[in-house]
Amino acid sequence: MQTKDINENIAWAQINADVLRSMESPRMGYWIAVAACLAMVACAVVAEIYQYQIGMGVGNLNWPHMWDIYIATFVFWIGMSHSGTLLSAILHIIHADWRKPIYRFAEAMTTFSLMTAGLFPIIHLGRVWNMYWVLPYVSDRGIWPNYRSPLVWDAFAITTYLTSSALFLFIGMIPDLAICRDNARGWRQKLYTVLSMGWQGDDRQWRNFRKIYLLMACFLIPLAVSVHSIVSADFAMSIMPGWHITSFPPYFVAGALYSGCAAIITLFIILRYFFRFDEYMTIPILEKTCKLTFAIAMVWSYLTLIEFASVWYGHDLVAKESLMERFVGPYSPFFWLMLFCGIICPFALAIEKMRRHLPTMFVVSLLLNLGMWLERWMIVTPTLATSHYPFAWDVMWPGMVQWAIVFGSFGWFGLLFLIFVKVFPSVSMYEVKEMVFHRRHAHRPDLAAKFHRRSSDQQPGDTASGQPRPEGA
Amino acid sequence: MSLKNVLENWSDYRKGHEQGGHHDYEHMWVMAVDLDKCTGCNACSVACYAENNLAVVGKERMMKGQGMHWLRVERYWDEPQIGGDDGQFQSAGGSFLPMMCQHCNAATCEPVCPVAATYHTPDGLNAQVYNRCIGSRYCSNNCPYRLRYFNFFSYYEESWPEPLNQQLNPDLSVRDKGVMEKCTFCVQRIRTAKDTARREGRAVQDGDAVTACAQTCPTQAIVFGDMLDKESRVSKIWAKQQVELGKTKQVKANPELRGYRILEGLNTDPCIMYLDRVREV
Repeated sequence: MQTKDINENIAWAQINADVLRSMESPRMGYWIAVAACLAMVACAVVAEIYQYQIGMGVGNLNWPHMWDIYIATFVFWIGMSHSGTLLSAILHIIHADWRKPIYRFAEAMTTFSLMTAGLFPIIHLGRVWNMYWVLPYVSDRGIWPNYRSPLVWDAFAITTYLTSSALFLFIGMIPDLAICRDNARGWRQKLYTVLSMGWQGDDRQWRNFRKIYLLMACFLIPLAVSVHSIVSADFAMSIMPGWHITSFPPYFVAGALYSGCAAIITLFIILRYFFRFDEYMTIPILEKTCKLTFAIAMVWSYLTLIEFASVWYGHDLVAKESLMERFVGPYSPFFWLMLFCGIICPFALAIEKMRRHLPTMFVVSLLLNLGMWLERWMIVTPTLATSHYPFAWDVMWPGMVQWAIVFGSFGWFGLLFLIFVKVFPSVSMYEVKEMVFHRRHAHRPDLAAKFHRRSSDQQPGDTASGQPRPEGA
Repeated sequence: MSLKNVLENWSDYRKGHEQGGHHDYEHMWVMAVDLDKCTGCNACSVACYAENNLAVVGKERMMKGQGMHWLRVERYWDEPQIGGDDGQFQSAGGSFLPMMCQHCNAATCEPVCPVAATYHTPDGLNAQVYNRCIGSRYCSNNCPYRLRYFNFFSYYEESWPEPLNQQLNPDLSVRDKGVMEKCTFCVQRIRTAKDTARREGRAVQDGDAVTACAQTCPTQAIVFGDMLDKESRVSKIWAKQQVELGKTKQVKANPELRGYRILEGLNTDPCIMYLDRVREV
């Protein structure tokens, strides 16, 4: 049974070769995946054009169901984006070096899921062409957006988060892009030359790089927490029973980390299988990710139960009725499925045999994310179905146009991700080398002493200033 | 937009046109609806459709919940399955509740609009600026009464085919798809009344501005007027019922008084008072 996170005898040239191989000319299966994603996006584009021409009513939206799965999916994608920040920023700061082979694609996932999420508030607007009105541009008429509205906070939070996470992804990739530059020909060489920004791998560059990377990591963590708190404010700041719940911000953040971690497991298995990254994305690392996911799942489950308890003991009759309606009302099958996927399924992660079995983990991670999508739907829709005013109670099922756009968003995300894995290294070469280096010298104190010349460099995981430069960088 | 203008007058543009601090209301338009007088004839709703260019969406869309009735007359039957056990009322038919925008003074729809398309006017009205609305529909989600209606489709061609478009009210616009709309207390009539009064050099008197529903009601169940005018009909009715604006819970000397406001406990401070139906015992 494999117990080591990574094989410490792996040659550095081998690491470069393995990762660069994954970016080489794609096989047939890749093009089929791209075609499938394009077809999904085409579905969404057709639906959106239709909706744009005819009006928002085509998706079956009605009074009082003004919001539906567009907003639920928006929250879902924002949630997915939290995994990258967790893996790369939080685990970076706490020196958990097992993150190193898998954080790159998680960061890419952050950026791409934000790019997907950002589309939904735009798609759901009645007058899309005026969407820039929520931005505080200087207008001759002296009109500003309404700063009291959570939707304006959303616009700020998401654009800030998207910019920062894209920057973080890019900065972390610079040393790797230099390796790519040195090994590429043609258009790739031109692209990597521009993107690697003259990286030579000298001491000054590494020192500045470490500083800015740490700085960005510290900047991103509070940002990630605030972004999903603000998204939860869309609901928590309203007066509606079932939305107006104080515990929503931590609940949403926990849910975000949860679905993000589950998505990391899914993509981990896919990448490991198709790119044969068995040496880097090892079973012990998957196990650690699963344990982390399990811990977050338990936090989320606790907060879910807390939400029920606080509504129940709060004795607000309307909120109580709205809650009971979720348990026994028309949406209850989905609600129970959500509870099953979100609370029961993660226990599979606690069993070692299942954790080490890839097909099981693949299915479980998809189930977890299904549960998290249902959770968002079960927040948005049943509340609108049962509100303060009984005359306006109504059950509505989303129409084909809405489903098509939600379906297409997965294709859009997949497309971005597929392009990413072929253009950029989806495993961080320099950090894997670092990890191998530290693991190798953990058992060789004489060598460690030789390289860690200064006392401040003693901690493992810290920057080893005397470290030999990775080949090609 | 001229950048020069903006830069030169930056201190004005920085905050927008809205001035902070306390304002005195010029008017406070309120309503009193006597449910005992209401026969459920729907004339008010029809008048509203005619006055405010409301789109007729057709039976199918109405059933789907995509109707545009700013003033809806809700029917309640004293049904046994929902706890009503009085056979007499069941046989006597339903009770009716005309619901239009409550023009809450602490309106929940106003703070959530991202572009400030809905705001409170110095007349005490909850105004909706159609041109500014981008259709995020947050206001409707946050209205506890669900009194805001969204243009899910473009209706102007289907709803008023030639020559019906000739009967549209020229005093206000026809809304296109993607815009939220709701009862305005016939703001066009209020503007006309204020303009006329100013031209004649006098204050607006009670009865100068009257909404289409109040004008049409055959039993005069709906009374509309200015709360700040202590002599107006409507403020006398409010005073008689001992219902006051700005209170979450009314203190009444006589519990028999019928006046109440809907969902008062939410502290939305609605401007419409209903008088409870009197039921024979």
